[in-house]
Amino acid sequence: MKSVALHSKLAKVLLKSFTFILFFAFSLSTTSQEVDEARQKEGRKIFKSLCASCHKLDKKLIGPALGGIEQRRENDWLKAWIKNNAELRASGDRDAIAIFEEYNGSVMSAFPQLSDQQIDDILYYTTVGELEKKVVGPIPPSNPDGGDNTPKWIIWFLAGAIVVAFLMIASLLKQVNELKGNTSPETTSNLKRDLHELWEGIKRNTFLKVSSTIFLLLIGAYVVFGIIFKVGVDEGYTPLQPIAFSHKIHAGENKIECQYCHSSAKHSKHSGIPSVNVCMNCHKNIAEVAEGTKVEWDGMTYGKAELDKEIAKIYKAAGWNPETLEYTGETQPIKWIRIHNLPDFAYFNHSQHVTVAGLKCQKCHGPVEEMDEMRQYSPLTMGWCINCHRETNVDLKGNDYYDKIHKELAKKYNVDKVTIAQLGGLECGKCHY
Amino acid sequence: MASNKKYWKSVEELKDSPIVETLSKNEFVEEIATDKFLGDKETLENSSTTRRDFLKYVGFTTAAASLAACEGPVKKSIPYVVKPNDTIPGVADWYASSMADGYDFANILVKTREGRPIQIMPNKEANGTTSARVQAAVLSLYDENLRLKEPTKNNEVIGWNQAEDEIKKALVSLKNANKPVVLLTGTLASPSTHKIIEEFVSAYPNVKHVIYDAVSENGVLEAMQAMHGKRALPNYHLDKAKTIVSFGADFLGDFHGGFEKSYINGRKPETGNMSYHVQFESNMSLTGANSDKRVVVKPSNQVYALLNLYKAITGESVSSKVTPVDAEIKKLATELKKAGSKGVVLTGLNDKNSQLVALAINKALNSEIIDTDNTLNIRQGNDAEVIQLVKDMKAGKVGGLLTYNIDPVYTLPNTADFSEGLKKVSLKVALSTDNNASVDAMEYALPTPHFLESWGDTQFDEVTYGLAQPTIQPLFNTRQFQDVLLNLTGNSTDYYEYLKTYATNTVLNGGSWNTALHNGFYKKEITNATIETNTETQESVLIANVASQLVRATKASAFELNLYTKTGLGDGKQANNPWLQEFPDPITRASWDNYLTISMADAKELDFSNPVKDNGAINGDYAKVSVNGQEVVVPVMIQPGQAKGSIGLALGFGKTFGLKEEMQVGVNAYPLYANMNNIQYNVSIEKVSGTHEFACTQVQKTIAGRHDILKVASLKEYNTVAPKDHHHGWNKPAYVSYDHQEVEANTIDIWDEHNRDMGHHFNLSIDLTSCTGCGACVIACHAENNVPVVGKKEVRVGRDMHWLRIDRYYSSEVETREDAKELGLGRGDMYKALETEAENPEVTFQPMMCQHCNHAPCETVCPVAATSHGRQGQNQMAYNRCVGTRYCANNCPYRVRRFNWFNYANNEEFDFNMNNEYGKMVLNPDVTVRSRGVMEKCSMCIQMTQATILKAKREGRAVNTDEFETACSSACTTGALVFGDINNKEDKVTALVEDKRAYNVLDYLQTKPNVIYQVKIKNTNEA
Repeated sequence: MKSVALHSKLAKVLLKSFTFILFFAFSLSTTSQEVDEARQKEGRKIFKSLCASCHKLDKKLIGPALGGIEQRRENDWLKAWIKNNAELRASGDRDAIAIFEEYNGSVMSAFPQLSDQQIDDILYYTTVGELEKKVVGPIPPSNPDGGDNTPKWIIWFLAGAIVVAFLMIASLLKQVNELKGNTSPETTSNLKRDLHELWEGIKRNTFLKVSSTIFLLLIGAYVVFGIIFKVGVDEGYTPLQPIAFSHKIHAGENKIECQYCHSSAKHSKHSGIPSVNVCMNCHKNIAEVAEGTKVEWDGMTYGKAELDKEIAKIYKAAGWNPETLEYTGETQPIKWIRIHNLPDFAYFNHSQHVTVAGLKCQKCHGPVEEMDEMRQYSPLTMGWCINCHRETNVDLKGNDYYDKIHKELAKKYNVDKVTIAQLGGLECGKCHY
Repeated sequence: MASNKKYWKSVEELKDSPIVETLSKNEFVEEIATDKFLGDKETLENSSTTRRDFLKYVGFTTAAASLAACEGPVKKSIPYVVKPNDTIPGVADWYASSMADGYDFANILVKTREGRPIQIMPNKEANGTTSARVQAAVLSLYDENLRLKEPTKNNEVIGWNQAEDEIKKALVSLKNANKPVVLLTGTLASPSTHKIIEEFVSAYPNVKHVIYDAVSENGVLEAMQAMHGKRALPNYHLDKAKTIVSFGADFLGDFHGGFEKSYINGRKPETGNMSYHVQFESNMSLTGANSDKRVVVKPSNQVYALLNLYKAITGESVSSKVTPVDAEIKKLATELKKAGSKGVVLTGLNDKNSQLVALAINKALNSEIIDTDNTLNIRQGNDAEVIQLVKDMKAGKVGGLLTYNIDPVYTLPNTADFSEGLKKVSLKVALSTDNNASVDAMEYALPTPHFLESWGDTQFDEVTYGLAQPTIQPLFNTRQFQDVLLNLTGNSTDYYEYLKTYATNTVLNGGSWNTALHNGFYKKEITNATIETNTETQESVLIANVASQLVRATKASAFELNLYTKTGLGDGKQANNPWLQEFPDPITRASWDNYLTISMADAKELDFSNPVKDNGAINGDYAKVSVNGQEVVVPVMIQPGQAKGSIGLALGFGKTFGLKEEMQVGVNAYPLYANMNNIQYNVSIEKVSGTHEFACTQVQKTIAGRHDILKVASLKEYNTVAPKDHHHGWNKPAYVSYDHQEVEANTIDIWDEHNRDMGHHFNLSIDLTSCTGCGACVIACHAENNVPVVGKKEVRVGRDMHWLRIDRYYSSEVETREDAKELGLGRGDMYKALETEAENPEVTFQPMMCQHCNHAPCETVCPVAATSHGRQGQNQMAYNRCVGTRYCANNCPYRVRRFNWFNYANNEEFDFNMNNEYGKMVLNPDVTVRSRGVMEKCSMCIQMTQATILKAKREGRAVNTDEFETACSSACTTGALVFGDINNKEDKVTALVEDKRAYNVLDYLQTKPNVIYQVKIKNTNEA
């Protein structure tokens, strides 16, 4: 009995895989055959806008995978379901109720606005799937050693060769010169003598001595101060973050509002690094990046393979199992590395600048939407703060707090506009306490 | 009149001591601590390091340091996995809650940042008040040293469930054997907890609940039960009082507190009326210091005086004795009769009979001030039961003992008996937040959460039902006392659900639980049903019998000891709290110590002295004090105003178990607390060898002879004399000569005045009449501004870092021979005048902090412009700019600038809260932790004013009236400190600045401070 059962199971598996292969062969053959690109495009567009938040073609998400759904269900039934599944269930359709129960009673929205043609387009898209891209070639393999394709040692080798060649030519020329009868020792002694005389001259001439000493000291001071004043100024600081998060993709290409993630900026002194649950708002449904996505990260180019692994890191942190689509409860906070570090004795408040002044984040953080890897754009020095406070006019209109002070200031400075400095924004105690 | 007064800070000043003379000229007593980093000659010579080596080391370390400095440290930033909806990093959340730790009870607001409580403030809507201890309790939460972390059995960690199972089993077997079990707790004042205990007792009928207060109020409880049938403390509405007479009741200090608000409300000179307060006492207490008339009486005479007052008022003849103050009593009796129902008599004698006499006097007066209906539940201890328990334990009659948050081994006077009895108890369970000697002596030690981590409810008086809620995730593996009892009873509901059901069903009367929890309290209607008077316990009190009992029990002796508690440490529960240890006593200004207070006359007789050292510190001799066979050796502090023949000693010190070494200071006075009576007769004192070094800020920060820093006037003067009257004015401005003419000092200026009409201009008004000197503001300032604790040694040499201090001045009309000559006193009269004045001086408290001068002397001398003036009136200090020349401190006439001699954070040498991970959680993230070598001082809470402005800006509105606050002003219970913007005409402070009582300290220096003082008005009861 047992063996029979096993046998029949095996047979079932074989049968299933056979149909699967057949189906794939069929679907592949359809794609390899001519595809109505316009229909596919139209269907894809609607699918992405309405269906993609819950469905994928090849994977179960919140709802079932929809690849080749037309093979499994009647077209009319699908139309009825899509337009108003609740009505279909209410009519006592058994399949509809079964699906509803299989997915634990999660309700799919109704789409009565879709025409039959549009639904057919969607279904066409689910059948043919993505078009193979013809133009795009294979992504060049990323080089783990360095950003360039040419190894560094070649450059060094070439440079060395050039230097050696140059030296050889020089010695040859020298020999030729000597052979011509020009004795080299004389020239060197001339040069030496000249230098010696110059030195003696400088030593004897007090004016020259003093002025050159001053000059050297000034140069020295300039260099030393230049170095010292750069200590602790981390402009361009780009630490390697634990996750290859690209602001360019999120804020740039997908145009996500900065404060969607950095939601504390409008309330608090901190802009706030988003908690993992904020990432999961979207990434619950976005387990992988689109084909051809590229991110420049730590001198390398990350392609889809690498980036999907990065998304998996969020899942690990949030304790999300992408297979069962459930939270496991085993969470692990992400240890980001802080880029913008103000010293402890300087007080800065994001909400003052974002909410009250209405500044764009880019004013201080630079073109974040173009940065794959986030870096410190501004020097964050006191001079940098002060300059902005000196030059920037305060928008006094539309805020009742400023109403009274605006009138008084206008009277005092006889101007309509006031800078932050005139409001007392340069006082030490405004930032140091 | 007022200008004749001389103010002095220490008894040494009266003796023309040369050192005090030197110190008064030496503005800055702190010496540079060269020996700390250079070493003395001997050590230098013994050192094996040569000069060349030394230079090499210096070169290497400099190079290494600069190399290391080039690379900044990598800072991690770790966000939540799931951010709680109502938490925004960087924004403070406030929770309304209640504190009830068995000694301190308060309706509070708790400020939390990122889930950590960092400050406690009074919940003013609930009429809540905070003391220094309540303010400091937030630091005790983070006491890594003392908090119990895991449930243990015989010091081995066991799981909670195992512990509960074992205890339950033991309880059941004790129940079956019918062996008595005692549940010993402090005063809980929590209705739901009392209900849980009732249920626990009905499940285990062999359990008896005994309440034990370390510092007892048993006398008044017994008296109330006998007279009014209610075992509770009477309430006093002092705001309506006309005449207040107190016999040793320190109701502003530590007499089951909370009366300072109503007391001060009855003392507003603007109304033209003030209560007249007479204090009869032996120790100089905070209440005595604030009284209008302070009569020095030793304890036994207080009892007789109380009886004599009773006689004088009722005309009844009861047994008593003659006292030296009978003339005063006679006068007072007529005063009280005149005041009638507006008069009240209080006594702090912890003795049923004395309390009965006081209650009888109030009854005779028909006093409306004492309230025996809306009574207080904050002391419920029953001394007789506790004494019986110890006896039973010793006799082996007790089968089990469960304690909750008490430390009888430390606080019981007969602790040896308790320890001996404990050995005969089979089940010993301690539930406690902190580890202590008693917990250590028990078998099971079960950690309970701190009140800031707990749910709970409170019922301090009959009308205010308070709720407590957790403000932080539990730091350790704790379980609430109530949950443990519920589990032991077999009730599976958790305490939160229980509390919610209890409150909703029995208290809230249909009101919303969420609203009550949000507000932190619920005001009940007081009905006849709530006034439970148990007529059965009511006795017919015959004062004649009471009086004869009293006279028999009072054994007047050469020396009588009055035990008291300090506003800082109280009963000693928070002895491991460095803020409270460093908090100077309001009267003696000594920190990190308790001591024997003794009168000047007795000190002279017994040859005790308090010599002042050249660094401004004072020393003391030791005395051996013996009471009923118990002996302790304590340092002696001579206290002006102490009654001759009486001595005072504070409880709550000398705790050692588990405390950090620095905190093990003072002497344990509980062994002298026989029968929990604060008055002990038959005391003998003997001088023993040795010198004690006090950490006392008394002589430090001298005022350099500028006596006019204080202004005090009588109510009569205030009502009748023009303040600026040229001859008799009580608030005369200083005059200077300008162009050969006398002009008001304030009218001329050597600097140009800035325009200050624009924007905000902050002022702080300090009403000396309303300031009781309690010091809640000092601790609030610590918590808000990350003020470091420096330790006893550093305080001793005057390096305390307090931004806000409360100066205490003694004053007398006659102080020196010259004064006596001026007054035309003869030789004999002069000596007598000098002595009597110092025997009972007037006391004035003056909170002193940076005055935020508009023309600040400190600003002009800073070589690097680290201190500068803001347009909003604040004198700003940029720590990162300061190079530590200390010129500013030398040029400050108010001596309010503090120098960081050391790094007080992350430094093993200063092992206080800023040197451990838990203690650092209390730091305010908005204020810099200062490092070594910089000057610091009061910033007028610029972080708070800036936050208020920003909030208004964000909401697009003008700042509301009275919206600006500082830490000290919001902590002030009596409203003595008022902060605000004088460019807003509606702000309370604007009117105060113009008030006729307003003055600037040392106005002739023309510093034009932004801190305004209000002249202190005393009701001298002149017609």
